[in-house]
Amino acid sequence: MPTDAALPIEPLEARHRRQSVVELALAAATALAAIPALAIVAFIVYKGAPAISWAFLTEMPVSGMTKGGIQPAIVGTLWLVGVSLLFSVPVGILAGMYLSEYAGESRLSRIVDLAIVNLAGVPSIVHALFGLGAFVLFLDFGTSILSGGLTLGVMTLPVIITSTKAAMQSVPHNFRVACWNLGASRWQTIWHVVLPNALPGILTGVILQVSRAAGETAPVLFTGAAFYLPILPTTVWDQTMALSMHVFALVTQVPNVSEELKYGTALVLLGVVLCFNSFAIVLRLYLRRNRRW
Amino acid sequence: MVAEPHVQIEGLTLSYGPRAVVKNVTLSAPRNGILGIVGPAGSGKSSMLTCLNRTIELTPGASYTGTVRLDGQDVRSLEASDLRRRVAMVLPLPVGLPMSVYDNVAFAPRLAGVRRKTELDEIVERCITQAALWDEVKDRLDMLGTRLSGGQQQRLTLARALSTDPEVLCLDEFSIAIDPVTTMRIEAVLTELKERMTIVLVTNLLMQARRIADVTAFMLNGELIEAGPTGDLFVFARDKRTNDYLAGKFG
Repeated sequence: MPTDAALPIEPLEARHRRQSVVELALAAATALAAIPALAIVAFIVYKGAPAISWAFLTEMPVSGMTKGGIQPAIVGTLWLVGVSLLFSVPVGILAGMYLSEYAGESRLSRIVDLAIVNLAGVPSIVHALFGLGAFVLFLDFGTSILSGGLTLGVMTLPVIITSTKAAMQSVPHNFRVACWNLGASRWQTIWHVVLPNALPGILTGVILQVSRAAGETAPVLFTGAAFYLPILPTTVWDQTMALSMHVFALVTQVPNVSEELKYGTALVLLGVVLCFNSFAIVLRLYLRRNRRW
Repeated sequence: MVAEPHVQIEGLTLSYGPRAVVKNVTLSAPRNGILGIVGPAGSGKSSMLTCLNRTIELTPGASYTGTVRLDGQDVRSLEASDLRRRVAMVLPLPVGLPMSVYDNVAFAPRLAGVRRKTELDEIVERCITQAALWDEVKDRLDMLGTRLSGGQQQRLTLARALSTDPEVLCLDEFSIAIDPVTTMRIEAVLTELKERMTIVLVTNLLMQARRIADVTAFMLNGELIEAGPTGDLFVFARDKRTNDYLAGKFG
């Protein structure tokens, strides 16, 4: 091979220049994405912080919600998210596990995959209508925490399934073969090796969906959330207030609500979501500490 | 000496979909001997090995006909987990499971229901010692298996394979990713181990087969060309293709 017909090489300087342009562009895009998020949080904290007090968190709303606390909304959100997780986490993880480990490659499994991805793209208001039809009316659960939680659960299911599947598939196939060669059954292999290593990834999917379940208003609008109900729910058959719904109500439906109260409620919603997330992030770090390959 | 072969492969044909990669192979492994299987890449050696412990059945799209007998018994009549505990497998690339060195070796015994700590300790020490790894890891048994070096991981894999106290040990090109010194150490281990078990060694290092195999089989394009005592095969191969391969003319 003639070596003097070498590729034309760009001068070093030009390459360096292009390198820095690319780096700058990437950094700018990242900043552009981060700024609105930080700005929103800063704005809500700034406007809402004065409203936060122990009483605000632990008292009932009074005077047509223009005064008092927001305790029932906080408690209601916890109930709704809890019920939705009780449904979507087990079902989602088992389904993702099946798709990753048992279903194999077939036309049917591809159709199921496609259906799940599409389900993830369905707007939340459509899930709300589904929940109204299926849980509130057909199964006759009424407008209740159970109906609302299940609707949120159905909404969050697809992402939990896909992230479980992806997390399990990212565990090297070699590990499975090594286990099978030791006489471990398929299930023993999944339980002892695949699942522990997939758990951090699965949790990521769950974290995202917890935030989404806590924050969405539409799915609980007709299915479980009450506009104004200053008592704490005691069973899943009760209706309840919810933070997301409460923000919506304060901002658009109730006259004479102070700015402080509106932003304060939004801040609490943000805080609740953040609490869920940080719990899951810590758990994820803890699980991840020993996993390196 | 006419002993009953420990592992007997009869008329084995294996296909991935329509593509046959092993064609009507009949071959046996003598008890307490090392059967070396040599041949160029793609000759069906590794695939054939997966039939011995039926892990082939976990490969989508693979199918096989013919019979593999272990002590005269069709392996298909055995329960898969039991079979795989009796026929251990070491794969080409070392796979430390993402757990401690100790747990790697204790994994299979635990699955089999061994719970007593002293018993597990004994198994772990014995297997790691047999795999010529004990001195290097005895002080860090709780370290992640995946953090060991490649050569150490391959010996860990060997220790793990021994943890089920197998009667047949299959090795699929175990030295492909490790250094010559480790290779020689493992070869020495194998010649000791054959006192207690039958070894099936797939390799593409001709010299490795020559060094340690008692019987060597040559495979080409899925067919068994010939098999015989290692000394004879390397000196008086009957088939021209075997001669050419052993002489380094292809492969």
